[in-house]
Amino acid sequence: MDLLVIHLFNALLYTSVLFLIAGGLSLIYGVMRIVNLAHGNLFALGAFVTASVVGQWFAGSTSPFLYLLLPAGAVAAALVGAILEPTLLRPFYQRPEEYQLLVTYGVLMILEDLMRFVWGPYPVSATTLFEKMGSMKVGEWIYPRYNLLVIAIGGIAAVFLWTFIYRTRFGVLLRATSQDMKRASALGVNVNRVYVLAFTIGCFMAGLAGAIIVPGQSAVLGMGVDALVLSFIVVVIGGLGSLDGAMVGALIVGVLRETAISIFPELELAVLYLIAAVVLLVRPAGLFGRAT
Amino acid sequence: MTALLETTKLTKYFGDTHAVDKVDFTIREGEVLALIGSNGAGKTSLVNLCSGLFTADSGTIVFRGQDITKQTVQNRIASGIARSFQVVNLFDDLTVLDNLALAIFSREGMTRRLFTLADRQHHVWAEARDILQQFGLSPKSEQRAGGIAQGERKLLDVAVAYALKPQLLFLDEPTSGVSTREKAPIMDVITSIVRSNKITAVVIEHDMDIIFRYSDRIVVMHQGVVLASGSPEEIRNNESVKDAVFGPTHA
Amino acid sequence: MTTLALRPAITRSPLLILFWAVPIAAALAAMPWVFDPYRTIQLAYGLIFAIAGLGFNLLLGYTGLLSFGHSAYFGVGAYAVAFMVKYLHVQSMELFLLGTIVASLLVTSLFGYVCVRYTRIFFSILALALSQVLWSLAFKFFWVTGGTDGLRVPTPKLLGVATPDSEDKIHFLSHGYYYYVLVVFLLCVALMWVIVHSPFGKALQAIRDNETRARFVGIRIQRYRFIAFLVSGVFTGIAGALWVPLNGLTTPDILYWPFSGEIVFMTVLGGFRNFTGPIVGAVAYNYLKDFAVGFTVYWQSVMGVVLVVLVLVLPTGIVGTAKVLAAAARKRFGR
Repeated sequence: MDLLVIHLFNALLYTSVLFLIAGGLSLIYGVMRIVNLAHGNLFALGAFVTASVVGQWFAGSTSPFLYLLLPAGAVAAALVGAILEPTLLRPFYQRPEEYQLLVTYGVLMILEDLMRFVWGPYPVSATTLFEKMGSMKVGEWIYPRYNLLVIAIGGIAAVFLWTFIYRTRFGVLLRATSQDMKRASALGVNVNRVYVLAFTIGCFMAGLAGAIIVPGQSAVLGMGVDALVLSFIVVVIGGLGSLDGAMVGALIVGVLRETAISIFPELELAVLYLIAAVVLLVRPAGLFGRAT
Repeated sequence: MTALLETTKLTKYFGDTHAVDKVDFTIREGEVLALIGSNGAGKTSLVNLCSGLFTADSGTIVFRGQDITKQTVQNRIASGIARSFQVVNLFDDLTVLDNLALAIFSREGMTRRLFTLADRQHHVWAEARDILQQFGLSPKSEQRAGGIAQGERKLLDVAVAYALKPQLLFLDEPTSGVSTREKAPIMDVITSIVRSNKITAVVIEHDMDIIFRYSDRIVVMHQGVVLASGSPEEIRNNESVKDAVFGPTHA
Repeated sequence: MTTLALRPAITRSPLLILFWAVPIAAALAAMPWVFDPYRTIQLAYGLIFAIAGLGFNLLLGYTGLLSFGHSAYFGVGAYAVAFMVKYLHVQSMELFLLGTIVASLLVTSLFGYVCVRYTRIFFSILALALSQVLWSLAFKFFWVTGGTDGLRVPTPKLLGVATPDSEDKIHFLSHGYYYYVLVVFLLCVALMWVIVHSPFGKALQAIRDNETRARFVGIRIQRYRFIAFLVSGVFTGIAGALWVPLNGLTTPDILYWPFSGEIVFMTVLGGFRNFTGPIVGAVAYNYLKDFAVGFTVYWQSVMGVVLVVLVLVLPTGIVGTAKVLAAAARKRFGR
């Protein structure tokens, strides 16, 4: 029974992180109809930045301060996104989709090497927070408390996002622009501003996912592409462009992965891709939202 | 005249919208039928159902005695149904000639062949050029389909459908987006080709002059149902049609 | 998309193609006698990647499907050869190619079946995901695949003839093996040329241009995409098979996503809307990469920057831009 609780926590942990990444991707696509192949690398960037800030620069600081610094990675990712959208993405909105994919793939390669340049080829860890939070007992097992923080942050982020999109004025603008950009523009909405803000929020989410995961596991090169593929599995299940879908998809993937790992630990990564393939064969349209 | 295509209680809903609501619709062999109605009446949806773009929620479609309700688009084309589109659907990056040749290659089942050179199939290109000439598009044969004028694109769309040698041709607003004085020449070309080849045609149109001039029979749709059907004279004098199509206050 | 307008009927004649193809083929054949072995081997790599590029571009340029997972098929070709060496003790290059074709057909059928249900971004990512599956399998099942150490492949027998022990390996690679690669390259070019100029090739372009119209002209979209996928994968697999004896070794790196990116990059560099684009791009990229790698360890970012610039400024690539310049020059100086 207790073991089941631990598995549940693990699944929710994965769900939390996946929801943030996939949700960001879905949000961007829902509003702007672009897919940023470098999205996974923004997750990686968030992980590396937070690892440096929390794990290296301020490692000796007091706990509360460290918590405040945790989202540093998210802020970094958001900044990169804010620069990226108007400069490299905007010229491509009117052009065929292949070009968007190609340019974001170029950005992916640049970011990957940028991270290699700044942080070197070895993993960077930031275990201070993780250790500081210690563990708790779950029956006869011990479980790291930090993981529960990650789950909590994911949940809070989801609530924040939902409130933001459905309850604020800007959220209304976002939804209007995503449904009919031309009409929104004709009604006076500054579409460029909506776009750059939506993109920045999406990147913030990806960066936040990286930021919160890194105390638990190191930032390593190549994590970006894995995250990209996984977040696509999520949006395939949940539908691209839907936040609800991202949540449901993340939940399903989180649970499936935890189940698969507990039975076949060796096949971890391959199993996930196989799940993706099966889902795609069975449910091409996704459960919610739009899928091309 | 025999019924070429017949629908029975054909239905298509989009959520709460009854696009096509239990429609019984007949197309007689050899006629040029005009399908009219205000926007949202269900004309395009009906054509989409018959041509295979939409699948019906319920009801049947019988073509030449065969139930085609569940048939794929490709099978319907093989059976003899073709269509043009309201918003022109062409292969914009290919030449006008290529667009036609493709339809012929497909019709002949030659698109399966990977190891023959398309350019060497002279009979295909000859037929393509011939069709272009019939439609008056010969001067543009080597131009990119995306770069020719709107009227020519509409004709090309019809020509591509015609190249499939259909028995039933659906034309979705073949003169929309074209200036008034170009409409009649386009319809002249289309109807002369259609009639001389004994092709049954269903034309969705909004321009009343065109409708009364070129069609043998008119079917009026309104809010997903067939309101009336008859000769141009009968429809012209039908009060409920006038109300539905033109609105209650009219001259 | 691009503004390539007229294609005069004269270019349709195969004879005219031979007009410039024969001199180029002759020049390529003269390579070993003119340049040192190192350069010849470099060119061999270029020709091999050109075959992969041709395969890849059947999907991108002609069918409109951008695959970020073509490293999978290259890797299948390479590992097929390596497995045939290790487990079946095969030495014949011809058998290697045959085995590769069979293996490629199996893998591409499976992957293609899943992928062609999707278009655009979903297709691209799915292709990437599937290549990552293969990579992780090559990694995890190290007792079969040699893991990160990889598998060695010795010099093969060409046409049943083994290289005499007296012959230096470099000499073999830059002469006998080079000619073998050249011949396969020319055959692949000819075959692909016929395929893209066939009615099937035209149907692919139709599907790329307007899927709806293609359906309504009677073309079965998914079936044709599937066949294109198969052909594409097999060509890329053949490239992988030719590559591994040259490289001497195959490792999981060849299945990892950056290599897929390289295939995409070299095709875009050359120009993906032209038949010769991938060929020019692959050969050019091969030299550029050798140069860049010697220059900096961060050559991937250089590639990224170049890709972004290409897409922004020169989307038609080297060949496309050259054609536009040539047409402009013709107009300027009259004809």
